[in-house]
Amino acid sequence: MNMTVNSLGRKVPLEVPGVGAFAPYAGPFAKIGGFKPFLAQTQPVRSAVPSRSKVTESLRGAIERSGLRDGMTISFHHHLRNGDAVMPMVLAELQKMGFKNLTFAPSSIPDAHDCIADYVRSGLIGRLYTSGVRGELGKLLSSQEVDIPVVIRSHGGRARALDEGSIKVDVAFLAAPSCDCLGNITGVCGPSACGSLGYAINEARHAAHVIAITDNLVEYPLHPRISIPQYLVDQVVKVDSIGDPAKIATGAARITRSPVNLRVAYNAFLAMKAAGIIEPGFSFQMGVGGASLAVGKFLQDYMLEKQIQGSFGLGGVGGYMADMLSQGLFKTLFDVQSFDNAVTKSMIANPNHMEVDVSWYANPMNAGAIVNNLDCVILGALDADVDFNVNVLTGNDGVLRGASGGHQDAAAGAKLAIVVLPSIRNGVPSIKKKVDVITTPGESVDVIATECGVCINPLRQDLLDLAVKANLPLADISDLKRKAEALAGGEPEPISFDCDRVAAVVEYRDGTLIDTVYKHK
Amino acid sequence: MRASRSMLYIPGDSPKMIQNSPYFGADSILLDLEDAIAMAEKDSARRVVSTFLRNFDFGDLTVIVRINGADTEFFEDDIKEIIPCRPYAVRIPKCSSPEDVLLADRKIAECERRNGIPVGTVKIHAMIETALGLERAFAIASACPRVGALTIGGQDFTADMGVQKTKEGTELFYARCRIVAAAHAAGVEAYDTVWADIDDPEGLYKESKEIVTLGFTGKACIHPSQIEMIHKAFQPSEKELRKAVKIVTAAEEAERNGKGVIAVDGKMVDAPIVARSQHLLELAKMYGMEVAQI
Amino acid sequence: MKLLRTASAGKDDSGDCLVTVSPAEGVSLDYRGANREIFAQRTRNLVEEVLKEKSVDGAAVVIDDHGAIKITIRARLETALERAAKEGAGA
Repeated sequence: MNMTVNSLGRKVPLEVPGVGAFAPYAGPFAKIGGFKPFLAQTQPVRSAVPSRSKVTESLRGAIERSGLRDGMTISFHHHLRNGDAVMPMVLAELQKMGFKNLTFAPSSIPDAHDCIADYVRSGLIGRLYTSGVRGELGKLLSSQEVDIPVVIRSHGGRARALDEGSIKVDVAFLAAPSCDCLGNITGVCGPSACGSLGYAINEARHAAHVIAITDNLVEYPLHPRISIPQYLVDQVVKVDSIGDPAKIATGAARITRSPVNLRVAYNAFLAMKAAGIIEPGFSFQMGVGGASLAVGKFLQDYMLEKQIQGSFGLGGVGGYMADMLSQGLFKTLFDVQSFDNAVTKSMIANPNHMEVDVSWYANPMNAGAIVNNLDCVILGALDADVDFNVNVLTGNDGVLRGASGGHQDAAAGAKLAIVVLPSIRNGVPSIKKKVDVITTPGESVDVIATECGVCINPLRQDLLDLAVKANLPLADISDLKRKAEALAGGEPEPISFDCDRVAAVVEYRDGTLIDTVYKHK
Repeated sequence: MRASRSMLYIPGDSPKMIQNSPYFGADSILLDLEDAIAMAEKDSARRVVSTFLRNFDFGDLTVIVRINGADTEFFEDDIKEIIPCRPYAVRIPKCSSPEDVLLADRKIAECERRNGIPVGTVKIHAMIETALGLERAFAIASACPRVGALTIGGQDFTADMGVQKTKEGTELFYARCRIVAAAHAAGVEAYDTVWADIDDPEGLYKESKEIVTLGFTGKACIHPSQIEMIHKAFQPSEKELRKAVKIVTAAEEAERNGKGVIAVDGKMVDAPIVARSQHLLELAKMYGMEVAQI
Repeated sequence: MKLLRTASAGKDDSGDCLVTVSPAEGVSLDYRGANREIFAQRTRNLVEEVLKEKSVDGAAVVIDDHGAIKITIRARLETALERAAKEGAGA
């Protein structure tokens, strides 16, 4: 492969065989602004014979009718998370039907779908476009066993890729918690309800052929909410179950009890206070677990005490944020993915809890996504380096076990991007000299908050001044690295990667390549 | 002056908890080699504690080790291995007489000398867990300069007395009063016993407020979730603080003007009250409270 | 210190490690767990250092690491060695 070095000093391919040419990363905003709009991808045109029902008798029948052939691209959404039954169901059927070399391009891959590794081995899947890779699939792709092109994109980056035609979806199989016979779909009701269909909406807009798969066929017309309108949907398949409700809409995540994570969260909250960002009209995004969620608790108490009302919350919305909306702490919520039952209920009950599609959420190449208006985002990480670069894709063993998600997008868009992580985790320091894989560039990360203190990116002198004034518990990132290494008893030894074999390339949200994931020796 | 409101018990055989202890928010921790550790693991726990004491940076945290009693086979090894690591103090269980304290004092001093440590470096916190110990509380507290605190072990004390330990705590009232008085008379700290019900923070807060009123300087606890409530109970109220600021300001003014008599809100205020007010303001500052000046 | 038997110390809890030592000719280390690649050398160095300190000539050491820091591994290793060398404690 022809490699070049990007502006972060990382080697990336100029071309990925079986995918195409790529430009190297040149800065978070190198490709944004000063850009003349042009008409890229035209929308798929269909001329369906008018009918009163698009319901097909079987999944196999629907696939046959879709015109799917070997080598084509199929997509799914991941809103049903670990409760999803649709990806395994469809892939199993495609395998039975003898398909080969398909490009599997879901919006992301839930942890639970280890079966996908088998479909790569069997040759059903010949190319992978996703946001996340975990579990057995991660181990397989990091090993020497198979060799398929893999492109990892952020949520905003995927929206851009669909718009410009870098991903051309031939058939989208969309799990539909509530669907009528002409293909109007929503996710807020039904036995397998999942809340917002933010990723699914984009898939439906761009795919040449859309098959809705539902376990809840309702009387026409679906009402009161339609997230994906019928004119984008070609066929409807009814199945017994599209997923396990217990794993789709889990109970609200509880605030962590880990003392380290609580301290990390508290330090992040102090950083927010010091930056002067928690003011009326403030906008915020946080994670749904660990330290990232715990920040929400401190923030909530503070906003209640000081009677501060924010303008909007954004995400990946969990029960906590829905709670804050109902308490009047935010005027609105923009929800691209709902994480639990409480969120779905909030969406139904509260018109200020709005469903947004992923392009609206995070696409860098449109007239302005919501991440651009974020005052503050709290992001997790697997590890980070002394240049504030963040890795959310590979673990300490160098195996793929994470997702790009909205990380790059929110970090670039937010005024204050805070990454939360403990300085040492499972006996291994989290701050490295250089992370194995850069997902989010340090240029877009303002603060790294740990249990030992808050590290401020030297690029943000203004923040540093405010932090000193506020007596924030500051820490030097290299110091933290040293202290963590002293506890661990040394710097972790480098993983023996096979630099001749690429496991995956990591796109930045603007389509350039920010880093390469290598296979293990 | 160090904050000593909360003292979190951590089993000596839990390296992860010890490693995370600086982030619990407690003022001090009690690494337990005694009741929390099974007989077969005493050596293992002792080694974890001593290795951490020697190599781990506990930051501002005060570290105390509860060693096994002199009536056990583990006492000598505990002293031998723990004292050279210089914990702030060792907590000695079941002190029933000043002789119990003096024995420990002697053993510790020998160990300090052998290891080139100034004699008296490691303090003793004496646990009163028996009726006999209670009767001799002052003698125990003042047995030697090494004694830094008296503590009450509620579970063992009530067992010794043959009574039930209750949430209301009537059965411990006298013991608490006696211990706190003895401790103050001897010029040492007084730590209250643990609140066992982790799921009843209101009960914990009520008990903590009561013992603060009695004069205890700190309280032990068994779970990090209890620390916040204990600190809340020890926190001077805004009303108290405002009054303290008034008193201290008046005292300073009286001194500047060469006046011997201090009056606040029309009432005379004498020296002990001024001293208490100053102490309260120092405590507030130490606890990180913002005290607005009048 | 002379090792008389196989002995263990530690637990398989998160943040801890289980160390087992046995008498042997020379020093062998079987380091298991998620950190076995990235801390192979650190652990080898630590084991050799402790064995030297305790004047143990030969030992077969197995460490089952669940994310322990160096302090913890050392404490567990020392305890296992002492248990293995204890006189009159039976096989």
